Amino acid sequence: MHCLNGFLLFCIVSSESENLIEIRDLMYSRGARVIFKDLNLTIKRGEITALMGPSGTGKTTLLRLITRQLIPQQGFICINGVDISTLNQRELYELRQRFGMLFQNGALLTDLNVFENVAFPLREHTKLTNRLIRHVVLTKLHAVGLRGAADMMPAELSGGMARRVALARAMVMDPEILIYDEPFVGLDPISMGVIVRLVRRMNDALGITSIVVSHDVAEVSTVADRSYLISDGKVAASGSPDELHAANSELVRQFMHGMADGPVAFHFEAPNYAEQLLGRDSE
Amino acid sequence: MKSAVRDIYNNVFEFVRTFGAFQLFFLRLIRHSPRMLMRRPGLVIKQIYNTGALSLVIIMVCGFFVGGVLGLQGFANLARFNAEDSVGAVVALALLKELGPVITALLFAGRAGTALSSEIGLMKATDQLSAMEMMAVNPVRRVLVPRFLGGVIAMPMLVAIFTCVGLFGAHVVSVDLLNVDVGAFWQQMQLSVDMDDVQEGIFKSIVFGIVASLMAVWEGYNAIPTAEGVGRATTRTVVITAIAVLIFDFMITAIML
Repeated sequence: MHCLNGFLLFCIVSSESENLIEIRDLMYSRGARVIFKDLNLTIKRGEITALMGPSGTGKTTLLRLITRQLIPQQGFICINGVDISTLNQRELYELRQRFGMLFQNGALLTDLNVFENVAFPLREHTKLTNRLIRHVVLTKLHAVGLRGAADMMPAELSGGMARRVALARAMVMDPEILIYDEPFVGLDPISMGVIVRLVRRMNDALGITSIVVSHDVAEVSTVADRSYLISDGKVAASGSPDELHAANSELVRQFMHGMADGPVAFHFEAPNYAEQLLGRDSE
Repeated sequence: MKSAVRDIYNNVFEFVRTFGAFQLFFLRLIRHSPRMLMRRPGLVIKQIYNTGALSLVIIMVCGFFVGGVLGLQGFANLARFNAEDSVGAVVALALLKELGPVITALLFAGRAGTALSSEIGLMKATDQLSAMEMMAVNPVRRVLVPRFLGGVIAMPMLVAIFTCVGLFGAHVVSVDLLNVDVGAFWQQMQLSVDMDDVQEGIFKSIVFGIVASLMAVWEGYNAIPTAEGVGRATTRTVVITAIAVLIFDFMITAIML
């Protein structure tokens, strides 16, 4: 009961603060593998927050926890002062209508063309006329440079184009929170520059909050207000990109400067290389 | 010994859990179905086209040859008793009561059921269902219910077409090739077949439609989201549907006899 009161008090306080998302004492494991243990993290309203970390640290899993596609074993996540674990399905869907999410692979609906993919949330949640939907969709497609691809099917798009269409779809409902899962992967330099500027411009012009998961330290540094480096299930470091670049921690330096040697091993745990090559372990 | 007991316990527990989840899944589909039919009939019609119209070629070709072989066998065997004029009645009863619904359901599982399972499984593997969830759209309502309803509605129509084409095949073989009297062919059929036989066929086709469509969407929705997982789900759809259809066929026949 005491714990529950603590959650409620915390969420009420959060709803009035500048913190949009609060994660406290989060624990999540998959089978025997613990992915997060006592993770604490705050995402401030109106900022672009980057979540970075070595592969396999669970960055995408964290996004799925924030959007309650997954449920943590312990701890809680408050969005806008609401503990999302207490929401029923209708309330959860109402909350998700305020989210836009760009999936790592785009996740476009393969039986709909580009135009209909972007129009999908509008057709499902609004009663806008076809004329107005057309106007909104073409505006969003123009913003990502793909107005001319409106009639193409997802199978005809390159990976980068699919991601840009998915970005147009993520922002078509003018969400409060935009979540980007690896938005810069597979983009050519021109598209990447446009998308980076678009992320920044949308965040500032529309006053939304953005969460970016990315390995791309250089691009993230140009766009993020605050970065969290996640390692071993916890926040290893946080701060502005400049602060992370200047950090003394070996782990932070290894990640930010892409060094092979450091606390994070490049090689997965394996038997002795020479012995394995010579086949002694199989005898 | 202890581990064997634990394995049996775990398997029984897993079976009961899966069976319960399967029933809840079926109830969810049923709960969303009326609203889907009323508000989004276009989605259902599209799926009737995908599962029904696109299965027409295989259904008609198979129907013709099944009817043809029934005509051949019926003629050859009835001729021993000088009863070859009854071949129309035999073929009609066999197609209406048994072979029409059963073979159509098996063909449906092989053509449309596998297509549904693999499509839904691939949508899951490529995060399309998760993307819908994130867009506050319930994938069960938006993706599974129209496909389930499309299959359920298409199956009786496919059975009717299979049966008609089968009768045509039997007519071609027995009347046109084996010289059975055309009047006797149709008259014997008319005398032997009554409305109860037709109703039995319709009832079976509805039940098999529910079984085949339900298995296809269940297996697709619960597929492991990998290439191998989707492949396994597709295979399971055909195997489980075939077994379930034959078991239900026996049960319905036993009840309705």
